[in-house]
Parts: sequence; C-alpha cells; structure tokens
Amino acid sequence: MTLELKAIHENCSGCGVCRLVCSLENYREVNPAMAALKIEGRFPAPGDYLIHLCNQCGQCAEACPVDAIPLKNGVYLIDAIECTGCMICVQACPSGVFFEHVEACPSEALQLVNSE
Amino acid sequence: MLYGYAGTILRINLSRGEIVKKALAPEMADNYLGGRGFIARMLYDEIPLDIDPMGADNIFLAATGPLSGHFLPASGKTHFGTKSPANGGYADSNMGGHFGPALKYAGYDVLVLTGKAAEPSLLFIEDDRVEIRPAAEYWTMGAIACETRLKKDLGDDFQIITIGPAGENKVRFACISHDFGRQAGRTGLGMVLGTKNIKAVAVKGTGSLPVFNVEGAYAKGKEAFRLVSAKPGFKGWTPEGTAGITDWVNQVGAFPTRNFQTSYAEHHTSINGKAVIEKLKITDKACFCCPTPCGKYGHTKTVLGSAYVEGPEYETIALLGGNCLLPSIEDVAYANYVCDELGIDTISAGAVAGWAIEAYEKGILTQKEVGREIQFGDLDSVVFLLQQMSSREGIGELLAEGVKIASQRLGRGSEAFAIHVKGLEWTGYECRNAPSMMLAYMTADIGAHHNRAWVLGHDMAGSAASVHDLISAGGGGKKRPKAAVSAESAKHVIASQHTRPLFDALGVCRLQLMELGFEVEHYAELYYLITGKKKTWPQLLDISERVWNLTRAFSIREMKEYGRSQDYPPPRFYTEPVPSGPNQGHYLNKAELDTLLDAYYQARGWDEDGIPTRATLIRVGLDDIVETMEAAKHGKVDH
Repeated sequence: MTLELKAIHENCSGCGVCRLVCSLENYREVNPAMAALKIEGRFPAPGDYLIHLCNQCGQCAEACPVDAIPLKNGVYLIDAIECTGCMICVQACPSGVFFEHVEACPSEALQLVNSE
Repeated sequence: MLYGYAGTILRINLSRGEIVKKALAPEMADNYLGGRGFIARMLYDEIPLDIDPMGADNIFLAATGPLSGHFLPASGKTHFGTKSPANGGYADSNMGGHFGPALKYAGYDVLVLTGKAAEPSLLFIEDDRVEIRPAAEYWTMGAIACETRLKKDLGDDFQIITIGPAGENKVRFACISHDFGRQAGRTGLGMVLGTKNIKAVAVKGTGSLPVFNVEGAYAKGKEAFRLVSAKPGFKGWTPEGTAGITDWVNQVGAFPTRNFQTSYAEHHTSINGKAVIEKLKITDKACFCCPTPCGKYGHTKTVLGSAYVEGPEYETIALLGGNCLLPSIEDVAYANYVCDELGIDTISAGAVAGWAIEAYEKGILTQKEVGREIQFGDLDSVVFLLQQMSSREGIGELLAEGVKIASQRLGRGSEAFAIHVKGLEWTGYECRNAPSMMLAYMTADIGAHHNRAWVLGHDMAGSAASVHDLISAGGGGKKRPKAAVSAESAKHVIASQHTRPLFDALGVCRLQLMELGFEVEHYAELYYLITGKKKTWPQLLDISERVWNLTRAFSIREMKEYGRSQDYPPPRFYTEPVPSGPNQGHYLNKAELDTLLDAYYQARGWDEDGIPTRATLIRVGLDDIVETMEAAKHGKVDH
C-alpha cells in the first residue's frame, strides 16, 4: 500500500511542528528550514493557513536533466548518486517545497566558504 | 559545546552602528538558564545606575531559553527585558509566536540593543548577516500594517517584531507586536524600542540547534506531545483557549468590572469563550510547536467598522469587556484590534481607559479636559481614549503615562482608584476576597501582573488544580464567605513565583502545565536530553529563586522608594467593600495585607522592608550583590 500525505488546510494552526519533525526524521537535526514542507500564514486577511507540501505532481522529474528523480513504487524520490545538484528541480517545483541545504546536498554543489 | 543553545549573544550599539557577536558564557547558561534569567543578570550587571528608562541609555534585551526552538510542546517563548518605563525598576515581558526560535536558528540566544539609532531604523537579521537599515517608510505605520508590509518586502519566512505609533510616541505601556496578534504587552517595551528609533526587527534563521542526545530528545518530545494530547484539557480547554475562563472568574467574583469597582459583570456570557468561537473565530492560531493553541483568529463587525483580529484572549476580555464594560464580544474584539494596531498593551490600555471613565463619571475629569463625553460600555468612548493615549493628543498626554503617574498629576482623589502596583496596571483578576492572589499581585516583580504567580485556585477552590479542572468543576456563582487570611498564602505564592517564571527562563510556555496539568518532571528530562546537564526540577527551581531575588535586588537598587511601601495594592482594595456579586461586602483590610506581607517576607528570607538578607543572598548564590543590598538597607546606594 502506498500512503499519500494529504494537507487539510482548515485544521492547520500554524504551529510548525511538522517542519521540526521533518528535519528530525530525515536528518536528525533541529532545523525547520530543512523541512520539505512549509506553512503559509495568510494574515491579516483572509486569516488562515495554507500547507505547502509535495503533491507528487512529477514536474521536478520532468525538469531533471539527468533523470535523477525516478518514480519508484508510485513515489518520486531523488537519487542522490545520479543528482548533479544543478537545482533545476528547485525552480521547477510549483509548490515551492524543494529546498537547498548545505549539509544535505548530495553533490556538494553548496559549500560553506568564507565570505571574505 | 553548549548543547541546546545557539551559543552567541548579538550586541548592537545603535548609536555607533556597532555589531558585535560574543560567545555565550557557559557559567551564565548554568547559573541563569536563559530567557528571564539572562535578562535579570544582564540588567543588573549592565544598566548604569539611575539612568532614565525613557532615554537612550536604557538597554533592550530579547532572550530565548535553552529549550526555545526545540522539539517539545510550546517551545516558542521569547522574553524581553529593560529598565521599566512604568516604574524605573526591573521589567520584562514575554510573548509566544515564532520570533525566538527564528533568532536561535539564526544563531543567537540573546539580542542586546544599546544606544539610539540616528534615524528611524529596522534590524535585519538573516543568519550571519546583521544590518541596521533605514526605516523611514515604515515609521508611523500601525504595528500590524507594518508587519504585513515587511512580510511582503522581505519574505514570508522572516519572523518580525514591530512597534506601533504608541511606541514611537513613547507611551509608557506601548507593546511589542508579532505574528499578527502576539504581543509582549507589559512594562512598555515598545516604548523602549521607539526611544531607540527601532521600528522593527526581522529575523530569518536556517541553522540547526545542537542537541546533547538527539535520539533521546526526539523520542521524549514525541512522548510529551502524546501525553499532552491525552490530557482531558486538550479537548476540553483548547477549543476556547484562555477566553474559556471568563465565566468561571465571574462565578467566583474575581472579574474586573467598571474599573475594578466590582468583581462581577452581568453580561459575561456575551463576552466569554463561547462568544469568541461563535461570533468571531476563523482559525486556531498557534505559537511555535504548540499543540494547544490559545490564539483564535477571527473577524469582527461593529458600528465603528470591521477588522481581522487575533483574540480577544482572557486578559483583553477582562480589561476591555469587564473593566470598560464593552457589551459584546464584537466590540471587545474591535477595541482589541485598535490596541494591536496602535501598539498598546490591551491590559494597561483597558485599565487606563477604565480609570479615565470613572474619573469622568465622578466629575474629577471634566468634559472640557477630556474633549467629549465618555462612558462605560460605549465602544466609541473607549476607542477615542485608546487613540488619544496612543497619540498623546489632548487628554492622551496624561493617559499615556499610565494610571499611577496620571493620577498623581491629576490628583483630586483619583489616586484612590488608580488600580496598579508599582506603576503597572492590574490585570484580569479582582482580589478583594482572594488573599493569595492579592499577595501574588502585591509582590510580582514587575508590578500588578498575574504571570508571576497565579494562585486563584487556592483562594476559590482550595486547590492547585489545572485551570481546565477548575473550569470544569464550576464556581457556583453563590455568595462566598469572607476568605481567611493566613501564612499559607505566602507558601502558595512563592511556589508559583518559582514555577511559572522558570518556564520563562527555559523558553517554554507554561500553559501545558497550568491549564492542562502536564507534569513538570517532563521538562527536567527534556532539559537534560537537550542540554546534557542533569538538573532535577527542584534544582531548576533553585535557579528560579535566585532570579527572583535578583529582580527584587535590581528594583531595590534602582528605585529610591522601593520596599514595603511599594508592595501594597491601591486603596480601593483595602478600604471599599465589593459592592455586588459573589464577594459582595468583602475586602482585605490593611492589617490583613500586612499579615500577608510579613508571612511572605519571612518565608522568602527578606527583612521587614522586603530586602533580601545577607544569608538569603548567599543561600541562593548571589554573594556578589550582598554589599549593594546591605547599602540599600541603609539607604546608601549611590544614586
């Protein structure tokens, strides 16, 4: 059975615990910026929250120039070995839930360097 | 490695445009934990003697705790501190939301602002990048309008604090606003930012927090969420949030009504938690990582207009709905919105407006002085007063000083019903038949605030049950006998004054404990797993006691007349019997108040004037301030 994550926006109170859990579950880091979903608070009007997460639309896979995001068992996942870190998928994601992370980047396309 | 903490203090001298990052000292973390603890120690060490809190020399602090931003229920608290604009003594105020965690992810435990920017400015913090930016285009904007605009200009992922026009106009109870409805409301911190020419601070952080035992902390965090959601209050208390206590407070006769003339409002069911949900609510709105959202975001329509607004929460209901007698939840919500946009504390604002209306009713303030007619229960009157006090126009010049200074200036007997302690306006619990809660207000370190100790359950139900349990049991609404005054009150108050502020030092919200009864021992375990430091809950409470003595010491040092004389409630509470409601006919006389204070000072190890003794200071680990306190005892701190 394949489970799909569904967002029920009207139940969201914007606490952001999902983002913290996402970073802990996937990277064992306390760092919501590493989460693969985000919460948009729409304030003052209309006064509600929208949950942005991967809806498996596959546009990232289509955009990938090296076919590093294959569909396996009904789920699109990044193949870290094939990925070249070009970040085209980040731009292609219509939900804006692809994130670049220094520590997580599979091809070291992002590195911490001295800004001087 | 300082596990749990970001590890850095960010210091900005606004006069010189100097930005300095310094490592957080391990002994500071060990001895004072964070949040309120850091604020107490840093104010004591860094504020020069006798400076004007309304001048550029004052210091503004924003401090997180070791648990802020970590995976546990409601870890979103940020604490702010300064020398009090309300009274010149110790001041702090905290808020929920998401700002503190963002500050830590950006790499900073504490933000320290000194001096004054040459022009209206905002602070921009994005991880390592820290800039003081011109903010003329944002100046004069409403606090929420400014946040909306900054989110648009900088990006939705910035967490922002702002001040409104009241902060710019140096209103003594101007607040800090955040997340479209969270405020650090008390003690005029917004005014201190305004004095420094700082309109806003915007923070984005993308770093990780170090954890001593990440597997253990993650597992314990999951357990904590599970246990909180299994508490009866999770389903019983959360739907209405803090507003849900309104009926109970009326039933036991503790609801501020008509400027605290009485303690029961006939119309309480029109302004209670149920009304918030039925008439206003759009969505629950939670602080960071909180499973029990107090925030009820909604929309209100009134004769004066409509508005989106978070709340009103209980304190706002009490001070605007009870104290100013606004008749409907829609009216209370609209006045709440006006306060939020102007950037004033709804508690102090409601107290000031109530005082002004009573003075007007008594003929002490004339129509000519006020500029128009004003009356209890009239939204138009209340909004007029809110606008005047925030702009300092007309009568607002007087009102902007808060009830203590305003009543001293006005005189004509108005001091008798200026409801405050130490210059800070009283919050949402009337105490003429509640000796423990009365003592809590008398001795709270920032003035008349319930946040330091909440012991109304002892007074009204003889128990320390969670708020959910108290509400569920009901109050009866019957006539209550006069409460017995005993030394027991001091014990309850001191225990609460150590427990609740400990949460403010850890950087976590106390509501899971207070409202739902979530056990404190879980926090000690989380503290260990996150920081690697083994401290039992009683050991953590010892730190809280140290901090309590230090905040008292700061005020003793800074306020020339500090001592017993400053620990009394206003004359109304010890001379006028409650005229109606469940506690009709009751009040605490001065001798009873002295019984309470004597018991309290003795239990704390303070002298008869409320100054910590040498032995007490040494016992709590404050050896270094013994000499200053000895000098204070003889009136010899050099001012």
